[in-house]
Amino acid sequence: MFVCRFESFDVYFSVVCCTAGVLALFLLPVLAKNTYISENALMPGSASPMLSNQHVSDGNRLVKDLTNPNSKSSETGIESHKIIAQYMLDLGAEVSFHKFHPQMNQFHPLHFFSSPDSGKIQENYSCSSYGINTVGIIRAPRGDGKEAIVLVTPYNALKSGFGEALSLGIAYSVFSLLTQVTWLAKDIIWLVADSQYGEYAAVAAWLREYQTPKFSSLSTPNAEMCPDVNNLFELKGHSISGSKFSNSFRRAGTMAAALVLKVRDQNEQFEDTINIYAEASNGQMPNLDLINVVNYLAVHRQGLRVNVEKLWSLLNSSWLKSLGEIFESLAKVAKSLYPKWKFGIPATEYVEGTATLASSLYYQALGVPTGPHGAFRDYQVDAITLEISPKFSLDKVWRNDILLRGGRLIEGVIRSVNNLLEKFHQSFFLYLLTSPSKFVSVGVYMIAFALLIAPLPMVAASLYVDANSSSNCSKGDSSIPSAITDTDEHSIAIRSWRWLNSAKLVFIVHLWGAIVSLLPYFISQIPDCSPTTSFMIWVLLSILSLLTLNSVLASPLACAKATQEKEWALVKSVTISSVFIGLGLMSVINFATAEIGALLMVPMCLLAQPLKLDVRAGTLRSFCRMICNLVLGHIAFPPAAFFLLKGMLDGFGNVNVGDFWMWVESLWAWNSATYLFIGMVQLPCWVLCISILFHTC
Amino acid sequence: RPHILLLLIGTHQFLQCWIAFGSVNEEGQKQEEFSEELLLKPLPDHKLLAHSHSQSSAPPSTSNGCHHHLFPKAISQLVQKFRVKEMELSFTQGRWNYESWGGFDPISSSNAKPPGVELWAVFDVPQHHIDASWKNLTHTLSGLFCASINFLESTATYSTPEWSFPPASGNVRYGTLPCEAVCTENLTPWLKLLPCRDKAGIALLLDRPSLYRGFYHSQRLHLTSTGSSSEGIDSGIILEQTLTVVLQPNSEMAIEVHASEKHIQPSWSLSSIFGKQVSGRYVLAKSSSVYLLLDRGLVAELKFPNKENGKSAANGLTSENFWSNPSFELSANPDRIFLEESSSHSKSLSILYMFQVEKYSESEPFDIGLMWKVPVAWFCQKTPLHASRFLMGSGNERAAIAISLKSTQFTEGFMSANSKDGSCELRVDVFQVVPWYVKVYFHSLRVFVDQPRAVSDIIEKIHVSPSKDKMSPGVMEVVLKLPCRVNTAALTIEFDKGFLRIDEYPPDANQGFDIPSAIISFPNFHASMEKCPVMSYTEVLLVPLTTPDFSMPYNVITITCMVFALYFGSLLNVLQRRVAEEERFLKAKAAKKTGRLPLLLSKLSAKLRGRRLEPLHSPPSSSSFINSKLVLKVILVAGLAVGWQYFFS
Repeated sequence: MFVCRFESFDVYFSVVCCTAGVLALFLLPVLAKNTYISENALMPGSASPMLSNQHVSDGNRLVKDLTNPNSKSSETGIESHKIIAQYMLDLGAEVSFHKFHPQMNQFHPLHFFSSPDSGKIQENYSCSSYGINTVGIIRAPRGDGKEAIVLVTPYNALKSGFGEALSLGIAYSVFSLLTQVTWLAKDIIWLVADSQYGEYAAVAAWLREYQTPKFSSLSTPNAEMCPDVNNLFELKGHSISGSKFSNSFRRAGTMAAALVLKVRDQNEQFEDTINIYAEASNGQMPNLDLINVVNYLAVHRQGLRVNVEKLWSLLNSSWLKSLGEIFESLAKVAKSLYPKWKFGIPATEYVEGTATLASSLYYQALGVPTGPHGAFRDYQVDAITLEISPKFSLDKVWRNDILLRGGRLIEGVIRSVNNLLEKFHQSFFLYLLTSPSKFVSVGVYMIAFALLIAPLPMVAASLYVDANSSSNCSKGDSSIPSAITDTDEHSIAIRSWRWLNSAKLVFIVHLWGAIVSLLPYFISQIPDCSPTTSFMIWVLLSILSLLTLNSVLASPLACAKATQEKEWALVKSVTISSVFIGLGLMSVINFATAEIGALLMVPMCLLAQPLKLDVRAGTLRSFCRMICNLVLGHIAFPPAAFFLLKGMLDGFGNVNVGDFWMWVESLWAWNSATYLFIGMVQLPCWVLCISILFHTC
Repeated sequence: RPHILLLLIGTHQFLQCWIAFGSVNEEGQKQEEFSEELLLKPLPDHKLLAHSHSQSSAPPSTSNGCHHHLFPKAISQLVQKFRVKEMELSFTQGRWNYESWGGFDPISSSNAKPPGVELWAVFDVPQHHIDASWKNLTHTLSGLFCASINFLESTATYSTPEWSFPPASGNVRYGTLPCEAVCTENLTPWLKLLPCRDKAGIALLLDRPSLYRGFYHSQRLHLTSTGSSSEGIDSGIILEQTLTVVLQPNSEMAIEVHASEKHIQPSWSLSSIFGKQVSGRYVLAKSSSVYLLLDRGLVAELKFPNKENGKSAANGLTSENFWSNPSFELSANPDRIFLEESSSHSKSLSILYMFQVEKYSESEPFDIGLMWKVPVAWFCQKTPLHASRFLMGSGNERAAIAISLKSTQFTEGFMSANSKDGSCELRVDVFQVVPWYVKVYFHSLRVFVDQPRAVSDIIEKIHVSPSKDKMSPGVMEVVLKLPCRVNTAALTIEFDKGFLRIDEYPPDANQGFDIPSAIISFPNFHASMEKCPVMSYTEVLLVPLTTPDFSMPYNVITITCMVFALYFGSLLNVLQRRVAEEERFLKAKAAKKTGRLPLLLSKLSAKLRGRRLEPLHSPPSSSSFINSKLVLKVILVAGLAVGWQYFFS
């Protein structure tokens, strides 16, 4: 009797906690605080911008030269690099070219948390595939050169759109201003990243060379021999200020911050907007102050609209709107009760906040950087990508206006960072954005997660106690107590170690999870394999390995069936505790993954119960539970969850089986811990829950 | 009487000057002397180097007691007290650009200093007194120059170079403060050491705003004393004060972009760069002159008329040949012209124009200007190898320092001169001090040279003194012998980033910690006639160390207090409670009325105590009814309150 009471209390507790957890998650947009600039030294916008029309016309000149058709005559696009380098040299900056070979992202088992390595020395570099980054450095006239600010403009010389040229123009106008100013305390590095092999690859290659160069005792004959490159270096040599140019790699000090500047080509909006991308690998975010400064300067100084990523499909969902209205009306009532309770936000704002929060969670959970700024975060440099999307028109006034405003924004941000005496440390590193000027800090969003996973240890403990005591009772009922008193102690001892059996099962399944997450490494070695077939191979191998493991390691399921009736409860208890540990660990590494994983896994784990029992019981409650179990059992399967999410976002029409393989491939290529989480926590958990569902007891 | 006083005041200044002048002259050999010079040198990147050098010397202190006419008393007292044999103190702001401003000539080699404060001193005291003397010296200098030199007092900040530091001697102490901010408050005491401060002579030019507008600013104080009692011959103390500034003449010129004038060197004059002119010489100075130095590379570019005539003409040169040149124009006629031939580059020579300030007066102030007519581009003589230093690695745990040496084209001349025996070698001394919190692993020192040669051949000597925590910094002195054909060489050494105790962090811990510049010297090359080797300093590095959250102690205090409160609270509770009575009371209460929740709780507590619960025989329906009644009442009252509030607001 007590047990069932305890169990019911347990059920109440878990239901309340889970509901509260989900509710708290939906309340986050309401609880979001307004951002503020935490570091006083930044002083954004306190100085009036110095960027004048003179600099803008300089930038315009560069844009014209770059978009000039005869500059694109060369096939390798070296001409435009030369133009950029010449412009930098004319400003008196130090210029160097950085030649790199694009490194293909590969699956490195166990490389997930290691620091970026200094690239392998590959033997067979071909002359045809290399990229050239143009780097210009302004040394601060009175600075001590200990720190530097990096400005990155991705540029593809081969097929550059007008947007890329414009971004170079903006950067150049800022750069030309910065060569003249006296307030500079940190060096400025302008990196024109050759994006023909991807923006990220170029920036990452430059950073690798900057931070972890490879020294070799003998000069290895590599692409230095390529005629094109030599040509490039020679032509620069006879410039007037030749000493400023060198083909060796140039450095400045420790990087304080980095800005990636992009201009989008097409835009259908009616307003000049700026998109901020901040998510780096494994959900790391730059310091909130950096976003604050950009947001403050863009909105209050340059009159640009600032956007952060949103899940657009959520904007039109009616249920979210009605939820927002409920919150709004609740807030109204609360405010009328006590005027100081002002926590409500309008419903439309709530919907937007939720969409932003969802995308913030999604991109952090994915663990894949949303732009070239991600490369900086690997070296503990705060970086964001600014994408300016201007309202498009072709007249000169508009172009000048964009150059001026964009340039002034960049100048303001650089000036703020330049004011910094210390590195970014004042503001938050762990946050979720609900709008460019609103954030949820770690202290608030942890509550939702903590509420979600709070029932897990409780339920695990109660299940364990339950399984032990119930078998105790049943044993007491069935056997004659007086007959085997001396073996009773022995059986008690055995019983208290019975959980080891289920722990073994859980361990085996987790081991299988590890094997499954290593399999893609071997599958990717197979040449000429379409994603679909790879995925199929993966699934087959996984099933095969599960069966093998199961048969080799004493088939615990069958064993359990034979011996124990309440075995499933013990298995569930151990599963739940392992899930709890996994989620707890993941929340430290990447909170967003853990949150989304908890949303999927916690209900499934808590509800899992053999279907047979439910069928046997035949009540409404057990029927509901059965339905829930079946639905959750489908949803929580990682590929199913992926396809469902993809279908919800993009429509179910173009869902392809190979997509999941591609997605997984991108995850491991970016060394995302989410991949490990899916392979080693979620998938085993799902398998265990399914095994519980189909347990024959 | 007032009349006489006035007269006295009027003549006072003149008399004093006259007397001082006389006293200087009458002593002949053992007089105190003061001389001042200003050297101007156009730099390739449109800038101008101004280097003022003033030297005062005092005869041995025994000759005229503790009285001085010209020599600063503070310095002589300092020398006597701490028995300083040689000392150099420099305050620097900005970086010397070795690539475009050169590093080989004596001016750049001895005046290019690392940012911040650098101090080294040689003492003439027994070994065990040196540290005490050094400490006192740092405090004295700190007071004298309004700088935080006293931070060099602690043993963790200064080091004892063994042999790589130029004044090779065991009595050297060397310390740097890379993050010291240098400003006018340091310049004023420096100027005070001059006999006339900045009121007369060339020092008049040292106008603060224009000095600090420059790109590089380094004030240096070098003193040598041979006034030791042990040696027989004394020559007293020689105090050299130099101020090196790199300025941008005509900054408004730079704004004109992309015109053809952009490549013309900006024209300048003394009045345009300093905003002042020299009005005659300082009467007490032995000599006072202004020099204009044209670099070797520049002279080679300029193509003086005599060069075309051949070498014979160079010998019999007339002054007109040199200062009337089609490419530039001097606004004043030089008094003398010196030609300097160098040993390595015998073909090119540098030209030094000398202007004597004596000729000029208040009414006709001295002003020299240089007008460029055609664009010229040249290179300054660089150090044999260009040294740069940087940090490698990422993360908060491990990193590495790398010093990379890149050949400048300069070594070719040296190589041709030395390659008779076939094995030409270039000696490079590296001196590196690392603070103790940067825990260097000396075994991880790696040398990379792009020539096939064994590492054991490259490293000739190495001296390492590992750091002791909070006690002494790590010092590494390496002598490398590189082949002359070397293009790039690199030294890397790994280190762990240490953890500091919370009170050891400076107030701005999040800024990062500085690793002072390494000194790279080339003993094969001598910058000037006095055999001092060519030296260059590398960049200062900024190491971001892990910093604790400084609000952590308060969090810890709060949490600890909470834990203590909970612990003691529960302990007291347990101690004063009588369990049996409690249970009886509970049972009695339960017999009366048992709610759902108390029942559950009592069960839970019983469970936790490990006992089986006796079944309770009570009608739960009635109790829950009562309970729900209570709840209903509460809800009713709350609803009334809400309605009330809602209705009346």
